[in-house]
Amino acid sequence: MRSHALLAVLGLLLVAAPAAGRVTVGSKAFPESWILSESLAEEMRALGVGEIEHRSNLGGTEIVYQALRSGSVDAYPEYTGTILEVILHVPRPIALAEMRTALAKEGLGVSEPIGFNDSYALAVTRAVHERYALRTISDLGRHPELKLGLTHEFMGRSDGYPGLAGHYGLRMKHVLGIQHELAYTALASGRIDVTDIYTTDAQIERLGLYVLEDDRGFFPRYDAVWLYRLDLTTREPRALEAIRVLTGKVDEARMIRANARVVLGGQTFRQSADSLLTEVLEGVPSRKPAQADVAGSILRNTGQHLKLVVLSLLVAVLIGVPLGVIATRSPLFGSAILSLTGLLQTIPSLALLALLIPLFGIGIAPALIALFLYSLLPIVRNTYVGLTTIPIPLAEAAEAIGLSPRAQLFRVRLPMASPAIMAGIKTSAVINVGTATLAALIGAGGLGEPILSGIQLRQNSLILQGAIPAAALAVLVQRAFDLIDLVAVPKGLRLPRSKG
Amino acid sequence: MSDAAGIEIEDLRKSYDGTLALDVDRLAVEPRATLALIGPSGCGKSTLLRLIVGLLAPDRGRVTVAGTRMEPTTRRRLQLRMGYVIQEGGLFPHLTAGDNIALVAQDTGWERGKIAARVEELLELTQIPRALLSRYPTQLSGGQRQRVALMRALMMDPDVLLLDEPLTALDPMIRSDLQRELRRVFERLRKTVLFVTHDIAEAAYIAGELAIMRAGKVLQRGSLRDLIRNPADPFVTEFIRAQRLLDVADLAAN
Repeated sequence: MRSHALLAVLGLLLVAAPAAGRVTVGSKAFPESWILSESLAEEMRALGVGEIEHRSNLGGTEIVYQALRSGSVDAYPEYTGTILEVILHVPRPIALAEMRTALAKEGLGVSEPIGFNDSYALAVTRAVHERYALRTISDLGRHPELKLGLTHEFMGRSDGYPGLAGHYGLRMKHVLGIQHELAYTALASGRIDVTDIYTTDAQIERLGLYVLEDDRGFFPRYDAVWLYRLDLTTREPRALEAIRVLTGKVDEARMIRANARVVLGGQTFRQSADSLLTEVLEGVPSRKPAQADVAGSILRNTGQHLKLVVLSLLVAVLIGVPLGVIATRSPLFGSAILSLTGLLQTIPSLALLALLIPLFGIGIAPALIALFLYSLLPIVRNTYVGLTTIPIPLAEAAEAIGLSPRAQLFRVRLPMASPAIMAGIKTSAVINVGTATLAALIGAGGLGEPILSGIQLRQNSLILQGAIPAAALAVLVQRAFDLIDLVAVPKGLRLPRSKG
Repeated sequence: MSDAAGIEIEDLRKSYDGTLALDVDRLAVEPRATLALIGPSGCGKSTLLRLIVGLLAPDRGRVTVAGTRMEPTTRRRLQLRMGYVIQEGGLFPHLTAGDNIALVAQDTGWERGKIAARVEELLELTQIPRALLSRYPTQLSGGQRQRVALMRALMMDPDVLLLDEPLTALDPMIRSDLQRELRRVFERLRKTVLFVTHDIAEAAYIAGELAIMRAGKVLQRGSLRDLIRNPADPFVTEFIRAQRLLDVADLAAN
């Protein structure tokens, strides 16, 4: 996903009005962001802010920043380097005050630094470090055969790999995109040799990674700050107070420890956030850790997942089948409708979600719309194909015996096309069960939530809590459609063909 | 039955992609008469039928059914006055035989009682076992399918019956049964019938009059005896010879 182009498009779109009377904290889909925001939410609660919501796991800077601009989120932790590069598009470092002036135009505020610098760095395993005598990023230039597995965001940003390669004159032969947490597994198993990491990453110690020295000073500082909506000043000043409490007091050591407690120690984000708060300020009563209710959360996530799939599918059927019928009316309509729905299918899901946020905020609405758009093609196409492949003598007979156009459609053509239409709906449903896991990226919940958390935390049990119900759901959906077919497809079309 | 209605065709032309498929100056079927259209494949007999039933629009000329010209505005009204049977019967596979028969009546808003009474009459006429009504087309034999298709065509008590090679796909024994049955039904109902076939014996058995077509034109019209004795074109003789109906021809000659 190209940040610049996308942001330019998003910038043109209108923003939604913020909801009054409650504060929403956002966080990106990695533990550090989650812990910080959880701490902020806790602190707000302690200071008496009434209604607080934490939208976690938002997928990437574009998504959470657009959520902030549109008012779906009121505050989230961001890094100065990211603000320069992804949000303001400034090629050189500028002072915090200058950043503040620029973002004030968007109605956004920038806090003082939270206290730590979480920069990008490149890391290799000890084994690779020793075998190739790699100490610095410059050393990489001598080994263009090494495989780089980089996060997609790092690959796309000019302060990421493109800039780094230019700065150091790197000509690596193998550079591939990989999800951040999967990169550790790939690194450990030797599938990749180098990955990008954050300097506060708890995995550095655990996996004994060797961080390559930025010997030519390429990476800018990534000081953590809070980005927040300036209207909080009037809407909920106590939220700003909580932000002030959490600035200047979290240094690198504290952040690495907080990350490690979750990633390595198996604590929940809430527990780690509590400990971080206790460290930051005395006098916050430490609460008992909430008992994890695995069955309850699986049930809740499955229910939410099912809701996303069923609702989006229902709307897709109500709109897709008529579209398929209209497509058969004229070749012009037909090709326009089919290519448009086909085009929708080619938009990467993350890009589509990012495009929908300025219009619909984050949460269930944009997720439903994205799933609906992805469901359209199989339904429209199968309706079209089903209707146009009815044997010509039968289509003509329906006309010649004097049936009204309405009866021709509803009593003959649609029932005869029903096996194809049902197959299209079934395809959409099964695809939806899979795609809906991405809804967790924009705070819509569902079975993607444990999967995303599990990937981040490298906890397979958590991944399975999402993956197993999702697979079961896919099977269940198949079975359900076998039953629906009994009602929706006329019996005469389900009989075995006999010889006349 | 309402006023007896015939079919009139005047100066009718139809081309597909520049190839002339039909060119008939004049052809009329008198009310209550049965005319068989015969000719080789591609002679235009099916095109003629499709023009009459309104599935095709002519390039030129007119079709008149029961005194009303076939046009987009009159099409559906006329279609309801015509019964139409095609080669494989044209039954809809998703409907039972009974629903196939009742479909148009349901669409035009007939009451249940009226539909049931009409189906009773037709069962008696066509001698179809009632049990067949609940079967789907795939559960019927070829002969049964054609009988059901005939019932469907008769349901609205049309003035005109159009049959496009209804028996072609059947095996000879069943075909012979159905030929007998069609003749009986036509004699009893006295409707205007246009029957397309390429089998000259079938045509002569079922219809009083034959019209032989070739390359989109009607070559000759008359009884089988006329066609054999006074062929208007060498092709007429050739076509009859090709069907190896020497016994029939001898019979006619004596």
